[in-house]
Amino acid sequence: MADLAAAPPRAEPGWSIGWGDAGPFLALAALIAIGFLVNPDFLSANNIANVVTRSAFIAIIAIGATFVISSGGLDLSVGSMAAFITGVMILFMNWVAPSVGTAAIPLGMAVALVTGIACGLMNGAIVTLGRIEPFIATLGTMGIFRALITYMTDGGTVAIDRSLRDAYRPVYFGDVLGVPIPILVSLAVALVAAYVLYRTRYGRRCVAVGANEDVARYSGISIPRVRTMAFVIQGACVAIAAICYVPRLGAATPTTGLLWELQVITAVVIGGTALRGGRGRIWGTVAGAVILEFIANLMVLSDFVSEYLVAAVQGVIIIIAMLIQRMSKR
Amino acid sequence: MLRKTLIAAGVTTALLAAGPALAAEKKIIAVSIPAADHGWTAGVVYHANAAAKEINKAFPDIEVIVKTSPSASAQVSAIEDLSATRKLDALVILPHSSEELTTPVKAIKDKGSFITVVDRGLNDPKIQDLYVAGDNIAVGFNTAKFLVEKMGGKGNLVVLRGIPTVIDDERIKGFQDGIKGSDLKILDIQYANWNSDQAFKLMQDYLAKYPQIDAVWANDDDMLLGVLEAIKQSGRKEIKFALGGNGMKEIIAKVMAGDAVTPVETPYPPSMIKTAIYLTAAHFAGHAPVRGSFKLDAPLITKANAAEYYFPDSPF
Repeated sequence: MADLAAAPPRAEPGWSIGWGDAGPFLALAALIAIGFLVNPDFLSANNIANVVTRSAFIAIIAIGATFVISSGGLDLSVGSMAAFITGVMILFMNWVAPSVGTAAIPLGMAVALVTGIACGLMNGAIVTLGRIEPFIATLGTMGIFRALITYMTDGGTVAIDRSLRDAYRPVYFGDVLGVPIPILVSLAVALVAAYVLYRTRYGRRCVAVGANEDVARYSGISIPRVRTMAFVIQGACVAIAAICYVPRLGAATPTTGLLWELQVITAVVIGGTALRGGRGRIWGTVAGAVILEFIANLMVLSDFVSEYLVAAVQGVIIIIAMLIQRMSKR
Repeated sequence: MLRKTLIAAGVTTALLAAGPALAAEKKIIAVSIPAADHGWTAGVVYHANAAAKEINKAFPDIEVIVKTSPSASAQVSAIEDLSATRKLDALVILPHSSEELTTPVKAIKDKGSFITVVDRGLNDPKIQDLYVAGDNIAVGFNTAKFLVEKMGGKGNLVVLRGIPTVIDDERIKGFQDGIKGSDLKILDIQYANWNSDQAFKLMQDYLAKYPQIDAVWANDDDMLLGVLEAIKQSGRKEIKFALGGNGMKEIIAKVMAGDAVTPVETPYPPSMIKTAIYLTAAHFAGHAPVRGSFKLDAPLITKANAAEYYFPDSPF
C-alpha cells in the first residue's frame, strides 16, 4: 500500500485533493468544530474511535456504491444483502465449528465473500442481461434478501456459536497500535478502491459509462460488463462490511442492516459523487459516511434537541452539509 | 310421537359420533397475526402455531387455522379471503394497526363470528367478544419499582426507548410513574427503534457523555443486547443494573443463571396469542364463558419463576 500512497501527485481526484473536492472534508471539519463547542467530550479519543469505528460498515458499503452510482446504476439491496450475508456466514460457521474449531472463522469469511460476489453478480445480471432499471431490479432483490434472512432466522435471532464468539470479537473490538481494526479495514478498502477507480482502465470506463452511455458505447466499451462488474464490487464490499459487523453483536436478525441503503446513498452523495453517474469520489464517500455517524453522535451528546426532533435536525444538518459541499465547488 | 323422537335422537347421536369425520361439523377458529419480521412477532408466530397444533390434536371438533400477514392491508385481504371461502366460527386477531383493521373485522363479526382481539385494540371495542393483552404500563412500572428498591432510591439512569408508538409511550409513562418520589434521575432518554445496532451506538454515546451511570433501562430486550455489548466494550464497572423488557429467551436465560447486572425481567410475552387461542377454544369445546377482557400481568421475572417464561425452542 505504501507505494500507492507515495505515487506522484496528479491532477486526478483523490490523490491530490483540490479545493473543488474539499467540500465533504470542509463539512466534516465544520461538524467537528461544532461538536467540540457543544460538548468537549465529543473530541475525546474514546468517542472519536467509537464513532469512526461504527461508521466503517456504511463507509465500506458506500465505497462499493460509489462504483455502482458513478457508472450510472443504483443498488437499493445493500442493507438486506448485508443482513443476508451475515446470516449465511453465521449459519455456516456454526455448522462447521464443531469439526474445525476456530478455523470456522476464516472459512466463514471466505463464504461471506463468495456469497457477496454472487449476490452482486445476480444484481448485475438482472440489470444488464434482463435490461431492468437498477432501481426496480435491486428493489426486487432487496425484498428477496430481506425475506431470506427472515426465513433463516424464523423471524428471530441467529447467534454465533459461543465457542467462536471470543475468538472473533477482536475483529470489531480489537485494534492495531491503537487504531480499531474496522477503521484499518475501511482504509484498506478505500485505498484499493481509489486505485481501481482513478488509476485503472476499468475505473475510467466505469465513470465514462455513467457520464454518457452512448459515447462510451461508440468508443468500444462493453457497457454490460462494466456495469455488472460495478455490482460485483458492491457485493464484495457488502461482504467485507458483514465480516466486520458479525463480531459486534454476534447475531443476525431480520432488522439487521435495515435502511442502510439510504445511509449509503446519502454518504456517497455528500461525498461528491454525482447521483446520476459520471463522477465518483472514493475519499469523499468515506468522509460522507463519517459525517453521517458524527451527526447521530452529536444529537445524543448535545442537550438542546428534544428526542422527538432528532430526525428533523439530522435532516437539516445533511442538507447544510450538501450546501457547504456545493458552494465549495464554485 | 315417542318413536319419532327416539329415531331423531338416534340419528343425532349417529351424526355426533361421525362428527370428527365431517369437516362441516368442525368449529373453525381462524388466527390472523403479523408475519415474523422481528423477535417479538416471530414469537407470536411460534406460539400461534404451537397452540394450533395442540388444540387440533386435543379437540377433534375444532380446527385452528393460522395466517400471517406482512402488512395491515395484507391482513385485511387475508381475513376477507378466509371468511369468503369458509364459515369462520371465530377469528383471533392481533391487528397490524387499529385503524385499518376495525371495519374489516366488524364485517366478519356481522357474519356471526366470535371475535378475539389480542394486544392492540380495535377502534371500536364493541366489536370484540374477548380481548387479551399484556400490560405495557406495568412493564415500565415494575422495572422502575425494582430499581428504586435495589438502588436505595437514588442514582443516575439512562433510558432507551423504541419506536414512537402507544406501546412505547405506555412503557415510558409506567417507568416515569414508578420512579416518581424517589431520587432516581433520568439523565437521558432517546429512541433506538427497538433495534440492537442502534441501541449499541446509543449506549456508546451515553457512556461517552455521562461519567457516572448507575443503571440502564432499555424498554425491549433486542435493545438490551446492544446495550450489554457497549457496556462490555467500555469496560465501565459502575453500572449496577441493565434491564430490558418483553421476555426474550436469551435474557430469561441470564435471569435463570443469576446474572448480577440483569437479575430480573418484565414480560410482555408473545405467548399471549396462545392464551387467546386457548380461551377461544374453551368457548367452543368447554362451553365455558370467556367473553370479557383478559389482561396479563407483567410481574417481575426472577430466578425463582423464570422457568415459567422460558421457551428454549421459540425464536424469541
